[in-house]
Amino acid sequence: MTRVVLPPHLRTLAHVDGELELKVETPVTQGSVLDALEAKYPMLRGTIRDHVTQLRRPMVRFFACGEDLSHESPDAPLPDAIAKGSEPFVIIGAIAGG
Amino acid sequence: MSKVRVLAGTRKGAFILTSDGARKRWKVSGPHFAGWEIYHVKGSPVDPDRIYASQTSGWFGQIIQRSNNGGKTWNTPGSSQEELQSPDGMQKGESNKFVYDTSPETGKPLTTHQWYDGTQHPWEFKRVWHLEPSLHDPDHVYAGVEDAALFESKDGGKTWHEFAGLRGSDTGPKWQPGAGGMCLHTILLDPKNPNRISIAISAAGTFRTDDGGKTWKPINRGLHSQFLPDPTAEVGHCVHRIAFHPSRPNTLFMQKHWDVMRSDNAGESWQEVSGNLPTDFGFPIDVHAHEPETIYVVPIKSDSEHYPLKGRLRVYRSRGGGNEWEALTKGLPQRNCYVNVLRDAMSVDSLEPCGIYFGTTGGQVYASANSGDSWKAIVHDLPAVLSVEVQMLP
Repeated sequence: MTRVVLPPHLRTLAHVDGELELKVETPVTQGSVLDALEAKYPMLRGTIRDHVTQLRRPMVRFFACGEDLSHESPDAPLPDAIAKGSEPFVIIGAIAGG
Repeated sequence: MSKVRVLAGTRKGAFILTSDGARKRWKVSGPHFAGWEIYHVKGSPVDPDRIYASQTSGWFGQIIQRSNNGGKTWNTPGSSQEELQSPDGMQKGESNKFVYDTSPETGKPLTTHQWYDGTQHPWEFKRVWHLEPSLHDPDHVYAGVEDAALFESKDGGKTWHEFAGLRGSDTGPKWQPGAGGMCLHTILLDPKNPNRISIAISAAGTFRTDDGGKTWKPINRGLHSQFLPDPTAEVGHCVHRIAFHPSRPNTLFMQKHWDVMRSDNAGESWQEVSGNLPTDFGFPIDVHAHEPETIYVVPIKSDSEHYPLKGRLRVYRSRGGGNEWEALTKGLPQRNCYVNVLRDAMSVDSLEPCGIYFGTTGGQVYASANSGDSWKAIVHDLPAVLSVEVQMLP
């Protein structure tokens, strides 16, 4: 199972607490993680990536294993630790403002 | 005795204020959707328990929320367990999907409008400014969005479709954003003619359809805007708000960037009725529930100083449809007040006497239970208020 951490506002929107565990199609990529997330929580569609272009929203970032993977290809395999669930795939709202 | 429910959208959530018909004691619930910008909350005139809310964020985009029980609980339409699968097995969850229609079937795919520098710029969806539930069906609701366009949902907010004929009208490429963005912020549904809708866009002007939304025309004759190269241009006017009395839908009142205007022919032509207002800049305008010629505005100092003149918060009332105005001050701060009142932040109830409500960027929601003669703050310290709507409950 792949572990996913949502930012607080999206946890509220999806009516979930804490980390999520998702069954993700292999290969485990940003795209397949988000596909699985949106399939289970359709209210999140459009909040992380654009409905039409499927591009990451500008002020959303993807972190994993201490790295910022936001600019990696959505189709690039994520680290094994994410695929195996030993590390979470972290979705955050960028820090912005004062 | 009827009850009153006030729906306040703010920069950090929605609040629901309820009272009995005396309108003296108020119960406050919220924040709903804490931390999100709530541009507008409005209930269905057919079913007051059906409420729609526009929840938006610079980070996570647009969410449409719906309540079927008067705001006690909310859901994103189309994402409940029983709605997760459509008949063809595809996941839905499209309640926040606002996609501009550029299909050939609409006749005129339109992809750009004028940008601040005069160049053409792609239409980009940003948020829903205003939700207008249908007068007849609780599942039918209209949405005015930024970048300016009109959408509708006929399935309770699960899916949205654009009235492409509005943007596709000949003037679309000339529309341009105002300082607050290019937003469609006002939707007036004619109660006597179901095919007629009037809308207003900053900064394009006012438009009307008489065929249920297929075709639209600008209705800005008589408007005069000094900031335009041609002050009487067909489009480009920064209309802040329009309003009418349901019994007289052909008489429209307008608060423009500067100037208060009226039209007695459904917008075919406009006349200025600013009269003796101390400043005719402002955002909201509304009409008394029982007196179609009694209207209210909140004069603001100027377009560069968005606060009341001399720090005195004053609603102005005209009992003759404009020109002659009286200041309403009782209960409102008359010194050191530098709040603004935004375009969607005024509403009226239909009790006797008529109640008037408005919210401020300082977080107050003021109410008058006597047509504006005196005022009292229901709440003092909410986040900046973006919108105020009032519902009557049995």
